[in-house]
Amino acid sequence: MSDFTFWVIFSNLLLALRWTIALSLVAFVCGGAVGLLMLFARVSKIGWLEALTRGYIEFFQGTPLLMQLFLLFFGLALFGLEVSPWLAATLALTLWTSAFISEIWRGCVESISRGQWEASSSLAMTYIEQMRYVILPQALRIAVAPTVGFSVQVVKGTALASVIGFVELTKAGTMLNNATFRPFLVYSLVALMYFALCFPLSFFAKKLEGRLNAAR
Amino acid sequence: MPLVDIRDVRKSYGAVEVLKGVSLDIAQGDVAAIIGRSGSGKSTLLRCINGLETYQSGSICVDGVEVAGEKTNLRELRRNVGMVFQQFNLFPHLTAAQNVTLAPKVVNKTGETQAMDLAKEMLAKVGLSDKAGNYPSQLSGGQQQRVAIARALAMRPKVLLCDEITSALDPELVNEVLRVVERLAKEGITLILVTHEMRFARDVGTKLVFMHAGKAHEEGPPKALFDAPRTPELRQFIGAPA
Ligand SMILES: Nc1ncnc2c1ncn2[C@@H]1O[C@H](COP(=O)(O)OP(=O)(O)O)[C@@H](O)[C@H]1O
Ligand SMILES: [Mg+2]
Repeated sequence: MSDFTFWVIFSNLLLALRWTIALSLVAFVCGGAVGLLMLFARVSKIGWLEALTRGYIEFFQGTPLLMQLFLLFFGLALFGLEVSPWLAATLALTLWTSAFISEIWRGCVESISRGQWEASSSLAMTYIEQMRYVILPQALRIAVAPTVGFSVQVVKGTALASVIGFVELTKAGTMLNNATFRPFLVYSLVALMYFALCFPLSFFAKKLEGRLNAAR
Repeated sequence: MPLVDIRDVRKSYGAVEVLKGVSLDIAQGDVAAIIGRSGSGKSTLLRCINGLETYQSGSICVDGVEVAGEKTNLRELRRNVGMVFQQFNLFPHLTAAQNVTLAPKVVNKTGETQAMDLAKEMLAKVGLSDKAGNYPSQLSGGQQQRVAIARALAMRPKVLLCDEITSALDPELVNEVLRVVERLAKEGITLILVTHEMRFARDVGTKLVFMHAGKAHEEGPPKALFDAPRTPELRQFIGAPA
């Protein structure tokens, strides 16, 4: 019988942590990109497009991420589409992230005063030009802190990918526990690793927020 | 043909009619001062002229182009109509010079060097050559408003609309802005100003318009109107003896 030492557990968790980071990064970057499209659609003033995105956002905000993962993983299989746990997890987290992040950004865009729109309209700028040169640069500054703050939610969200068999930090913890029967040690280490990822992010977000408030 | 030709314009917000058939014409080189009580529709009229608001009936033509026309290119129209706001509305993330050059660059595709010359020229016109690199937050209210004027002028509009541009300023900063406007008037730029500065309207205006209850109630040469208002409403407004 092999003897799992602390270091074996620790190193295996570290290896799995890479996948948590990879999944977080991909979900955050792709979610951000989709979220940006959603944002444009949401504030487009084109009725049906707005309604469509609102429906999309309501769905992903109004159902548990776990259900979204199941739906993608098992749902697509029903249609004969074999999706790997990695693909299903990436897709679900991307869509989920995009819904939340586009709403955060919409709040930032809508906090820019009407006077900015009117001044740029009066200067003959088109909607796209107004967004590009006047509204988004200002909204972006406001958006940095809550966006970084939300990235913490994405990191924690990746833990759910364990239930469809994707071996990231949480899943690796479960497997190591089954082999070693040392749940307290294993899950303490898992928690510490999540904390090591998330704490700097939320700390950074708080700092940014403070600096922005001070600048006003 | 007048530069701005306003014919029987009616505008409602929901059930409330704010403009009840306004007619007015403003010729090239006119300095039209619009006065009247708060809520009489002055801002609304001004905002209809550059298409910030729509109207339900009547017509507004700027340089022969109907603002609300089916085929009207609002972008073309707005290149000819500049606007300065009570609250300045400068772009806070851009310097004074960048505020001035943004629209020329983006809308008119003015090149970088030409844009820099333009910023210099326009900021000099409002007496702020030394503030080109300052952000709005680093400028006083009066300076911000002068940058806003330079920004509007940079598009070389045919007519400049000013909506109570000194009302948000501390009293000691009002004059520096009025002096700039006076200089523009002398240069022959067509101006339509909503103002509470009666002295200024009288001395600089070539035309006075008194808005009352959604109509251009009385209009004429400023001095004549101030000295001898024809309607009791204007008489009461300017506090002249009956
Ligand atoms: N967006 C709006 N929605 C509803 N009512 C408005 C709106 N803007 C202005 N009004 C109303 O229209 C009337 C005229 O307003 P305004 O043109 O701003 O007057 P003034 O500039 O002469 O003070 C006011 O009674 C005001 O309450
Ligand atoms: Mg007003």
